[in-house]
Amino acid sequence: MSLDSRHAAPAQPAAHPTSSPLGSFLRLRELPVILALVLLVAVTAAINPLFLSEQGVKDLLLNATILMILAVGQTLVIITRNIDLSVGSILGLVAFGTGSVFVAAPGLPIILVFLIGIAFGAVLGAVNGLLITIAKVPALVITLGTLYIFRGINNAWAGGTQYFAGDRPEAFGNLSVDTVLGFPVITLIAVVVVAIVAVYMLGTRPGRDLYAIGSEPEAAKLFGIPVTRRVLLAFVVNGALAGLAGVLYASRFNSVGATTGSGLELDVVAAAVVGGVAIFGGSGTVVGAAIGALLLTTITSALTALRVDKFWQQAIVGILILAAVVIDRIAGVRAARKLRIAEARNV
Amino acid sequence: MRFIHSGTTRRRAAFAALATSTALVLSACGGGAASEGGGSEGGSGSDGEQTVTFIPKQLNNPYTDVVLGGGEDGASEAGFASSEVVGPLDASASSQVSFINAETQRGTNVIVIAANDPDAVGPALEEARTAGAKIVAFDSDTNPDYRDVFVSQVDAKDVALIQLELISEQIGGEGEIAILSATANATNQNEWIKYMEEELAANPDYAGIELVAKVYGDDDDTKSFQEAQGLLQAYPDLKGIISPTTVGIAATGRYLSTSEYKGKVALTGLGLPNEMRPFVKDGTVTEFALWDPAQLGYVAAFAGKALADGDITGEPGDTFEAGELGEREIGEGGIVLVGPPTQFNAENIDDYDF
Repeated sequence: MSLDSRHAAPAQPAAHPTSSPLGSFLRLRELPVILALVLLVAVTAAINPLFLSEQGVKDLLLNATILMILAVGQTLVIITRNIDLSVGSILGLVAFGTGSVFVAAPGLPIILVFLIGIAFGAVLGAVNGLLITIAKVPALVITLGTLYIFRGINNAWAGGTQYFAGDRPEAFGNLSVDTVLGFPVITLIAVVVVAIVAVYMLGTRPGRDLYAIGSEPEAAKLFGIPVTRRVLLAFVVNGALAGLAGVLYASRFNSVGATTGSGLELDVVAAAVVGGVAIFGGSGTVVGAAIGALLLTTITSALTALRVDKFWQQAIVGILILAAVVIDRIAGVRAARKLRIAEARNV
Repeated sequence: MRFIHSGTTRRRAAFAALATSTALVLSACGGGAASEGGGSEGGSGSDGEQTVTFIPKQLNNPYTDVVLGGGEDGASEAGFASSEVVGPLDASASSQVSFINAETQRGTNVIVIAANDPDAVGPALEEARTAGAKIVAFDSDTNPDYRDVFVSQVDAKDVALIQLELISEQIGGEGEIAILSATANATNQNEWIKYMEEELAANPDYAGIELVAKVYGDDDDTKSFQEAQGLLQAYPDLKGIISPTTVGIAATGRYLSTSEYKGKVALTGLGLPNEMRPFVKDGTVTEFALWDPAQLGYVAAFAGKALADGDITGEPGDTFEAGELGEREIGEGGIVLVGPPTQFNAENIDDYDF
């Protein structure tokens, strides 16, 4: 799916207008991660053909779905030079909330449950956004705090209670089972989300503003961009997407409870960084982040399919992160040199 | 007017910042931990009133909750002045140590613990014993040097054998099987797995069964789910999975029931009836086993009381009364057995509610 959306993906906004289509493809920020993904799938499938069986592909896509949605939301926040570490806790709260809603009102239409979950997530995201924009404390600190606060609320609310797949309507659970043209329904939802957010970031004024804010917050303010409102928007959207991911989690997995989603936040940030989103803001695309998420979850599946020791997996993810940062740095240095040469010629 | 306004805004911002940092400090304290009061708060044993504290592997685990429910009943029936439950929210090796230290400082008389790692909790338990506390291990044993008695669900070997019997029955006596366990260093699971491996090698009835993999889902729903997925992909001829942990068997059940492997790959192990009911009903799981977890906590509370009163010392042959469950005897290695495991299937699963 990501291969399809890749073609629709925008070339890096800063791409030179004079470059050929091939040239701009080669300069694509997402290129390394796409190559890594293709290589990984090819090698794994060559050794274990079952990896690309119908069930195998379905599992790969399902595994990536939730992380993909979270990575897209996180990208919006990171682009504005912020970060949201509380997404795992938001997902946990919404997932448990979804379980509770179905138990309290079993007849509720599924679409309404989705809306409730998304709204709940958006509220939690707004809490983050308001604290950050009003209190002007770094997002790292605020969201580290809300990570524990949201998790604490979840623990107090859920206690030892867990809701199981059997407590939810079968049609809801089937969203993660049924496929359309080989794509699981929840994965299609994720692809639609990626596409919408990608278009928004590429083609709308507020979307471009987010890049401007992340590149140089002071300049963005002087230029007249409503920085506070835009940053708040990024956090609200991120929260809403984490809420959506929480509802999908409840659809896919058996149990939702107090610890659902803990530790997920670092996977999400890792997916974004591996997908070419610069941690200091200003550049990167949601499509890249989505592919990054697909790459990370595929590594886990590939290593299991190849019977490689689990403990290697984390080391490999770490190497990928470092590689992403190095590639980013090299690209930055080259761009700076080109600019200098161009200026020298102009003189 | 504008100045006043901006003044309040600034003050409001400062307040928000203050509130946030306070929340941060509070949450940092409570981040990795939580406690559930059960009975009166606090209480050192100095005035002759005895206190007991349960430290499970992790809080908010449905199985643990049933065990602890029995433990609290047992504690009040046995005559403890207060009982409490404290513990980590994650089942990692070292996470229990700080809770043991805190109990030592409070002068708790009896600590009942399910160890996440048999040795990691050792030094902390030694300290607690030096300070006068009695240590009862339950559910998952510590190294025997560090506790007075161990209250075991059932004979470890019985638990292992019943799971092998079930899987052998379900796959027709031959084929590849795999084990999906909790953490790689969980004491109880590792002991069962050891007995399973020995029995597979020694018993001619199981000559056709091959154990091809042991994987660990860390008692985490998502992780166990992916491990189950990986097993089926890595071993296309897999006939059955044994998951000797309630989280693992439920996650595997969910994966199997939503995949093409439903009904084709057998699944058994130790599960909670409430959690496994849908999978038994939809045909993913035929039969699985478990003991009554509440009895485990119940007997552990009485064992702790007998130790604290000095009625027993933990030597083999000592006996004590375990309330309505009657007399229990301490066996070899300071182990107290609770009862035989029960098997659950489509016919009887609705008779149980835990």
